[in-house]
Amino acid sequence: MTRDIFQPSGQIQFGIFFQGVNSGTIWKAPESGSQTDFESFRRLVQTAERGKFAAFFLGEGLRLREHLGRPHALDVVGRPDAQTMLAALAAVTTNIGLVATQNATYNDPADLAHRLSSLDLISGGRAAWNIVTTDNAWTGANFRRGGYLDHADRYRHAEAFVETAKRIWDSWETPSGPARRVLHEGQHYTVDVTPLLPRSAQYRPVLFQAGDSPEGRDFAARQADVIFSAHPKFDNAVEFRRDIVARSVAAGRGANAVQIMPASEFILAATDQEAQDKKDWVRSLQIGPQQAIAYLEQFWGRELSSYDPDGPLPEIDPVVEETSETRGSGFHGAKARQLADQWRAEAKDKGLSIRQFVTSKTARVDATFTGSYTAVADHLAEYARVGAVDGFNISPWLVPTGLDDIVNHLVPELQERGVYPTEYRGTTLRENLGLETPVRSEEPARVR
Amino acid sequence: MSSSEEKKAGFLAIELDGAGYENLATAVLAAESAGFHAATFTDGRVPGRANALQRAAFAGPVTRNIAVVPEVDTVYTEPFHISTQLASLDYVSGGRAGWIVTAAESPEAAAAVGRSSVEGAALAHEAAASIEVGRRLWDSWEDDAVIRDVATGRYIDVDKLHYVDFETPSDFPGPGYSVKGPSIIPRPLQGQLPVLAAASLVGEGLVPADAVDAVLVSAPTPELLAGEVRDVRARLGASVAIVVELDVVLDARGEAAASRSGSAEETGRARFIGSAAALTDLLDSLLQESDGVRLHPAVLDVELDELSRAVLPELRRRGSLRAPIQDGTFRDLLGLGPAENRFATTATGAGK
Repeated sequence: MTRDIFQPSGQIQFGIFFQGVNSGTIWKAPESGSQTDFESFRRLVQTAERGKFAAFFLGEGLRLREHLGRPHALDVVGRPDAQTMLAALAAVTTNIGLVATQNATYNDPADLAHRLSSLDLISGGRAAWNIVTTDNAWTGANFRRGGYLDHADRYRHAEAFVETAKRIWDSWETPSGPARRVLHEGQHYTVDVTPLLPRSAQYRPVLFQAGDSPEGRDFAARQADVIFSAHPKFDNAVEFRRDIVARSVAAGRGANAVQIMPASEFILAATDQEAQDKKDWVRSLQIGPQQAIAYLEQFWGRELSSYDPDGPLPEIDPVVEETSETRGSGFHGAKARQLADQWRAEAKDKGLSIRQFVTSKTARVDATFTGSYTAVADHLAEYARVGAVDGFNISPWLVPTGLDDIVNHLVPELQERGVYPTEYRGTTLRENLGLETPVRSEEPARVR
Repeated sequence: MSSSEEKKAGFLAIELDGAGYENLATAVLAAESAGFHAATFTDGRVPGRANALQRAAFAGPVTRNIAVVPEVDTVYTEPFHISTQLASLDYVSGGRAGWIVTAAESPEAAAAVGRSSVEGAALAHEAAASIEVGRRLWDSWEDDAVIRDVATGRYIDVDKLHYVDFETPSDFPGPGYSVKGPSIIPRPLQGQLPVLAAASLVGEGLVPADAVDAVLVSAPTPELLAGEVRDVRARLGASVAIVVELDVVLDARGEAAASRSGSAEETGRARFIGSAAALTDLLDSLLQESDGVRLHPAVLDVELDELSRAVLPELRRRGSLRAPIQDGTFRDLLGLGPAENRFATTATGAGK
């Protein structure tokens, strides 16, 4: 019975999401370091571990973003392979979880499951998979398979993929083997494999998922251990929690089975005023004049460099035939005119220049916690008290020193309030997150 | 002994598969301090064996001089992923990464990814295509593509990024494919990682000799190795480095090698069974014929101990073993110059 009723843990945890490629990471400040050198990653992950962070996330790149038909020049471009980097970081850390964002479309299930098992074993049970999907042929142009997935099939494909991976991870007869054969014959792929690796210290890699549509939420409620949500604001977070608890219970899992860690950004200082000033500085470096114009260009489908970033939105209409692939997902031209009209009206209403308008659209407005260390700590303690979230996934806006403030000042404040761990609970990610031991997946009867 | 001016100094690599994933840091550090120049990581479908590239990545930050060189299959893998993973390995190891190209012949590997088995000459075609994709992607960013120009707001100079537009050749056996590029990661620290492959995979009608930097040469017995090296050299020319493959079982811990070698699996490589002193003599002569030797110890701990105590010091004393290059790259070890970028738009940074 009680499994159906959500119990707040009274704690929050932190993860760091090193996205690598976005406009959120400031590269223009003198203290910005390399986005690819190992030292940047080592510095960040070791700082996070000093601050008892639960997990270190890496994004994944499958094709470089483009702008008006060429690689996008303005924001950070280029990043290492997630699992390769995390395997290296496993060697210089001992407790922090290592989460690889990996695409379920452009990987093979048996190969991906094997590599995640490897990372899990190499790291002593600290690996996790942040499951994402892609469906566009533009990304597929870099892969043998090409683009082959209908949008509607995305979650069906991803779910079959995840279930196959779980069966591979659960295939051991005893913790050290041998493994039983795993077969899957599906619409998109066929797998026939006898897995090679034993159970890890945390049974199998932890699963993170970020889908927010109703299908995405159901998928996460059925399959994921942690949802990487887009709802950090208190009221939204509480509402999202309620929804996920309902979906988890409906899926036959406990009310606490799925944890929630929203994406977030922190801008902190000794006083609220200093933090506000810092925020203006951060935003000005995240969205410079060129980024503001480029952002509009991807929707307008044409060059807008003659427009003043501090002036009003362009009165000229978008090119409707063009499709921008800047974000890698494809913005369809048919809606461009409508969107432009809407945006012009909105900017005029609020009296926003191009730059201010783009900042309002692109900065993690809802996801940003700005304030003094004590004020933000008080605010986060409230999340912990009601169990609005299990933690926050922090995207640092500076590399590699972007966690220093948080670890040096915010974490101790939270620890004083008794809402943040002072030590790691264990050595595996599953233990440190306080996740339930996974139920070993059953083999379907049709398996020989 | 040959006269000192004739004497060549070669390098030694050690295969670390026996370390598994639990004792990796200890093993690779022991290999580095023993004076090995490279650690290799076998891949392929063996129970208990973790992904080779990740084991190499783990070994990267723990060490400083030893090259870390995984086997990576080219047949049932995505060339774009391989290229990114290997470039990343180069970053995490500070420019000490290499790639032993393999072409999986296993029907199990094919079934695991739902493909039909690739066999015969088609294996080399798959390997050649993957190497070409990898090399083009590594070059797809010029060395100075990241400019971080605050005045213009440009993080990169897009003129220094290049689409690779690879397509499998028309005579490609099996399903052809294309790769657009550019790479997702800037050019590796070495520019181009050294690429190694079994000599049997390289040559006319196979992987072109100029696609690889070194070949791994095997023979049925230790006595036949020197002759095989000369044959391969004659077949592939002098531009490809030659690394000799040798299984090793040593007299150790009061046990004769012969009694320890009883149930050894069939590897297809020459197997030396005997004393450290006899192995030293064999390696001394093999290092005169080849650029390096890759040792496959029967029991990693046991052989590594014996090798570091009794074999490597003597080879160094004889002048047949290269001194480790402090903070050197794998290219340095193989004597390769700076890697020219095939897409380079400016003269700077390129050239030998």
